[in-house]
Amino acid sequence: MSDLALPVVSPNGERTAPFLAKADHHPENGTLLGFWLYLMSDCLVFACLFATYGVLGRSYAGGAGGAQLFELPLVALNTSLLLLSSITYGFAMLEMQRRRVGATLLWLAITGLFGLGFLGVELYEFAHLIAEGNGPERSAFLSSFFALVGTHGLHVTFGIIWLVTLMAQVGRHGLITENRRRLACLSMFWHFLDVVWIGVFTFVYLMGVLP
Amino acid sequence: MSLSELVFGRLSWDALPLHVPIVLATFVVVAVLGVALLGAITYFRLWGTLWRDWFTSIDHKKIGIMYMVLGIVMLLRGFADALMMRLQQAMAFGDNAGYLPPEHYDQIFTAHGVIMIFFVAMPLVTGLMNYLVPLQIGARDVAFPFLNNFSFWMTTFGAILVMASLFIGEFAKTGWLAYPPLSGIEYSPDVGVDYYIWALQIAGVGTLLSGVNLIATIVKMRAPGMNLMKMPVFTWTALCTNVLIVAAFPVLTAVLALLSLDRYAGTHFFTNDAGGNPMMYINLIWIWGHPEVYILILPLFGAFSEIVPTFTGKRLFGYTSMVYATVCITILSYLVWLHHFFTMGSGASVNSFFGITTMIISIPTGAKIFNWLFTMYRGRIRFEVPMLWTLGFMSTFVIGGMTGVMLAVPPADFVLHNSLFLIAHFHNVIIGGVVFGLFAAINYWAPKALGFRLDPFWGKCSFWFWLTGFVLAFAPLYVLGFMGVTRRLSHFDDPSLQVWFVMALIGALLILCGIVCMLVQFYVSWRKRDELRDISGDPWNGRTLEWSTSSPPPDYNFAFTPRVHDTDAWHDMKRRGYERPTTGFTDIHMPKNTGAGFIIAALCALCGFALIWHMWLVAGVSFAAMLVAVIVHTFNYNRDFHIPAADVVRTEDARTQALAAAHV
Repeated sequence: MSDLALPVVSPNGERTAPFLAKADHHPENGTLLGFWLYLMSDCLVFACLFATYGVLGRSYAGGAGGAQLFELPLVALNTSLLLLSSITYGFAMLEMQRRRVGATLLWLAITGLFGLGFLGVELYEFAHLIAEGNGPERSAFLSSFFALVGTHGLHVTFGIIWLVTLMAQVGRHGLITENRRRLACLSMFWHFLDVVWIGVFTFVYLMGVLP
Repeated sequence: MSLSELVFGRLSWDALPLHVPIVLATFVVVAVLGVALLGAITYFRLWGTLWRDWFTSIDHKKIGIMYMVLGIVMLLRGFADALMMRLQQAMAFGDNAGYLPPEHYDQIFTAHGVIMIFFVAMPLVTGLMNYLVPLQIGARDVAFPFLNNFSFWMTTFGAILVMASLFIGEFAKTGWLAYPPLSGIEYSPDVGVDYYIWALQIAGVGTLLSGVNLIATIVKMRAPGMNLMKMPVFTWTALCTNVLIVAAFPVLTAVLALLSLDRYAGTHFFTNDAGGNPMMYINLIWIWGHPEVYILILPLFGAFSEIVPTFTGKRLFGYTSMVYATVCITILSYLVWLHHFFTMGSGASVNSFFGITTMIISIPTGAKIFNWLFTMYRGRIRFEVPMLWTLGFMSTFVIGGMTGVMLAVPPADFVLHNSLFLIAHFHNVIIGGVVFGLFAAINYWAPKALGFRLDPFWGKCSFWFWLTGFVLAFAPLYVLGFMGVTRRLSHFDDPSLQVWFVMALIGALLILCGIVCMLVQFYVSWRKRDELRDISGDPWNGRTLEWSTSSPPPDYNFAFTPRVHDTDAWHDMKRRGYERPTTGFTDIHMPKNTGAGFIIAALCALCGFALIWHMWLVAGVSFAAMLVAVIVHTFNYNRDFHIPAADVVRTEDARTQALAAAHV
């Protein structure tokens, strides 16, 4: 943006003070900032759920606690699936920067499959708990467990729906500016879910099995 | 489960209030007025205009005006609730049970609080920020214009759900924050709390997104030269408010989601049994709730900071300290939530901490008051209507602030909590601060938005009725609070209290006159719009950029983006002989209107309604439809267009001629 005034001449022939931007002013695109702000607000939703789990996580109401219920090998599998999906999303972004549509789509598909695998394991775990009478209505501990882990799972579900939509859009329009911006947003979303999961894994599962 | 249960859930003809005469009469009146309004729109063939130019508009100015209309309509509903409560409390002594049964009275005080905060104050404040922020920073729209339209419709459909509860089923009977375990399924098995939850969830999403939108707008789209410390104070307060919104509303979303899990899925977050903990709800809701009151007041502090310098003809005293005071309040507002429940067992040290932080907030607030007073000191004050509201604010808000400091002292709070003293206190700050501020702002910026000033005579009538009515309505409540009368009572035994309640009723009736005068003011101003027309675009000799463009501004706000050199950019331009450009216009890049926001929000409201009535099939289908609508919208890449230079030339030439004709 130039500091020059427009060539506007006032009646007495003097140039007016430089009060107008010369060229059409195009502000920077705010999408990434806006998406960051949204993610931070989402982070607060998780903060509330973590806090609730922190308060209620040992209120077993005479039922089973984490030490009896959590199967760490299953959670380890789950965690690796999600962490790997973050790496593969990173590969998709690298391919995007090389402008290779096919390779980007391939890595996105692999990311989606890892995500589905994660959801599958989580649903198996939930079904198993509920079948044994340890559903969310059993105790405040289980309520807060299902709410926290389930909210994360819902986010992953919506992430996968978004991923599929975006793959269709990249397939149709290629890696145009809008699509690259959208891929960057989903990338932030996906990594954000990974970070939240690390919190869940540590705070709920690892600390939960401690006596 | 049968098919009719899947489709209709627990909704049946019994949900209609045919057996409650008061609600039935209201329903008939609303229905007649509604049909008349819809008929008039059809008769005058306005549906097309409404849909194309307003409902689907992504112009921040039109969305701002629609927010204001929503807020004013809902003010009438919320105030009707207030009058009903005042009348009941003035009547119901001894043998007289009043005219409202307790279960109806409980819904009224809940609805009054919910509506006034979420669907009156919030839309009015958001509308003001929406309208003004882009104009004040020299931008052509907000950062995410589509999202802005969507936010508006989410808020509106939230309001529609609350209104629906009046005629289909019932509203919550829990008080405006729906404390569990009372709001849990065991004690509130009806639809009332579900209406509360889904109306607030839907409106809350809208508010959150508009917060994100305005922060991105202020951070990214300021005119060249406008660094943070050259922003108008209103924009500063809008920035802080929206930071508060983004940091507070997720907490509301989360805590209401947990309450709905308790009600729908049988979980035990806030129940008395199975390890639940209701205090968790009360903490979380106030972690949202306290910042919320600053969300409401900060933008109005900003409005006063624009009005006082304009009508005193002086630069704002202590711009920097005003900004820092705003930021301090923003941060401190997160450190005080526990003062809402000192009596609920936190212990002496926790109460002391929160009592002290609460008292500290009065320091930056006091600094603001002194800044306004020093701005006025030795100024040439013009007592126009916005300035009257500002002076009314300063005198009443200070009293409300002082009673707030009294309540901040934990031992005093043990005596005063849950009493009418508290009710008087927060009405003192919300009416004296937020409502007076909104009326000041409406009178101040109406010429910009509408193109004509509001009639000053009726404006002054409205002000004096409101001010006297306010004092008469709430001063007795302070007295009653000291006598130990608690809030939310629909009947009293002690006849010696009645005189105070009658005084409060008279005060409420005076406020009613104030509201009627305001409506008359709108009508008279519209009738006299040619006489009151603002051709200059700067009717008050303003100081900030919104006054540099025409009234109302063209779609593109500014034909050329302004460059900013000083805090009061427009004042600086006028002082240094700025000449409005009349040539050199180019095409202007603008976003396109879209109906997607309306459709997605409508589906969201349908889903909410279905969930309230346990209509599982409808809920599932509408949720799926909403997802599809969102996805379809993302496939639309063709979202903007250019206003051709010829159109810009035509608009600007018309203004040039109008200015010349008026010799401005």
